[in-house]
Amino acid sequence: MTADLPLLEVRGAGHRYGARWGCRDIDLDLWPGEVLAVVGESGSGKSTLLGTLSQRLSLTEGTIRYSAAGGEILDLAKLRESEVRALWRSEWGFVHQDAADGLRMHVSAGGNVGEPLMATGWRHYGNIRATAAQWLERVEIPADRIDDPPVTFSGGMRQRLQIARNLVVSPRLVFMDEPTSGLDVSVQARLLDLVRSLVADLGLAVIIVTHDLAVARLISHRTLVMKDGNVVESGLTDRVLDDPQGPYTQLLVSSILQG
Amino acid sequence: MSTDLTGYNIAYLDEQTKRMLRRALLKAVAIPGFQVPFASREVPMPRGWGTGGVQVTAAIIGTGDTLKVIDQGADDTTNAVSIRQFFAAVAHASTTTRTSEATVIQTRHRIPETPLTEGQTIVYQVPMPEPLRFLEPRETETRRLHALADYGLMYVKLYEDIARYGHIAQTYSYPVMVAGRYLMSPSPIPSFDNPKMHQSPALQLFGAGREKRIYAIPPYTDVESLGFEDYPFEPQTFDDPCAICGSTGVYLDEVITDDKGGSMFVCSDTDHCEHAAGQAEVTR
Repeated sequence: MTADLPLLEVRGAGHRYGARWGCRDIDLDLWPGEVLAVVGESGSGKSTLLGTLSQRLSLTEGTIRYSAAGGEILDLAKLRESEVRALWRSEWGFVHQDAADGLRMHVSAGGNVGEPLMATGWRHYGNIRATAAQWLERVEIPADRIDDPPVTFSGGMRQRLQIARNLVVSPRLVFMDEPTSGLDVSVQARLLDLVRSLVADLGLAVIIVTHDLAVARLISHRTLVMKDGNVVESGLTDRVLDDPQGPYTQLLVSSILQG
Repeated sequence: MSTDLTGYNIAYLDEQTKRMLRRALLKAVAIPGFQVPFASREVPMPRGWGTGGVQVTAAIIGTGDTLKVIDQGADDTTNAVSIRQFFAAVAHASTTTRTSEATVIQTRHRIPETPLTEGQTIVYQVPMPEPLRFLEPRETETRRLHALADYGLMYVKLYEDIARYGHIAQTYSYPVMVAGRYLMSPSPIPSFDNPKMHQSPALQLFGAGREKRIYAIPPYTDVESLGFEDYPFEPQTFDDPCAICGSTGVYLDEVITDDKGGSMFVCSDTDHCEHAAGQAEVTR
């Protein structure tokens, strides 16, 4: 993968809800294969930023350029809905905090993983099923659960299934919105481990939103700290967490419970 | 425009309503398989009994037309008889039970066995026009999926069938792709009838009264039943011939003959059955 161009180049991006700005003046570059964590307290605009970058929310001002697999540079705000959906089907993934938002809860696990394949034109049942089975194995879901719907799965399994569904079409960029909150600590650790190894194997670029600094520490290369809709600090994760510069970041880091 | 039924216009609906329906029909024919919204009116029967079909028929029927109405293939069931009598009274149309003599055929859940010809129009009564409804309940979202031709979801349903039953278990209302563009529900006809829609010389119109949608397949249009490469679409088949007329390769209904579990399988298309039985009589 060439790294001459950033995958995502964001300049002065902002999204406004009515009279209020959800986030504003965001500048960032995301490089292929890079994991970027966005941290901040709730209400700081993290999820709004993620929604804006992934075109789930409209861009009120600024530009977002995406360098597509074919090599062309796309100005996301100018794309038509069908083109955005095509990106969603083939190049992007989105892992929701609540797996029920990202899965079809009453469709079998195999069907959930197979759906993105079928949406991109796969029409061979045997191949779809074999690929789904491979992915379930990769995310450590037992092969005999392939025909069970996610309503029968535990929280951790649902989240892993959601990850499989997102990665099955080999995306280049995955957005994750608090993927580990709501899971207990040991399941969180396993899930993060899984995400980390998949990201390394597949060379994915990931933007992960989290309020948990430990998550950022574990899997991200770089970290953005947000407060009141603005980025207050950014840098290598270790630098931001070990040597926070801004007063807010210092407060955030010092507020971690030491066990 | 009054008729001898005082107070009623020809074909029951007023001219403005028919004009509205015809506009929707023209649009539907121009975009094969696309669901056109229309202002569904009340007709003298309950919704769910074929009000969509009746409105479409009322919009296209003229005094020179010959109407056939079938309900599950039969010309002699209550619904078929009353709709036929209705149009005989309000449209002065001649009626028939012979498929080959009809110019307009209104149908619930079957396509006649006798192949349709150029110049004939078949009007389907549709209870549920949206093929994606049970997969995606939001109408705003299904409309968007149609607009973007984003039909991966429909294949999920077929996938689930194969995973669960080993074959595609849908035997009626089997989804079709019209002219390579729009996914369409063929109304609850048996999948046995699906191949008859492909490249049919007749004009096919679909009316859903309760759901307020009209759609159409113009003559000689490609209609492809969905399937996987390794699990292609397979219409239903029957092993035994009709117990009355001996026809094979036709759609059969089970008829209970006594209260001891006895039953027989006979043609669902009564016109075809009578005709075939008559011919068998002649050759004997």
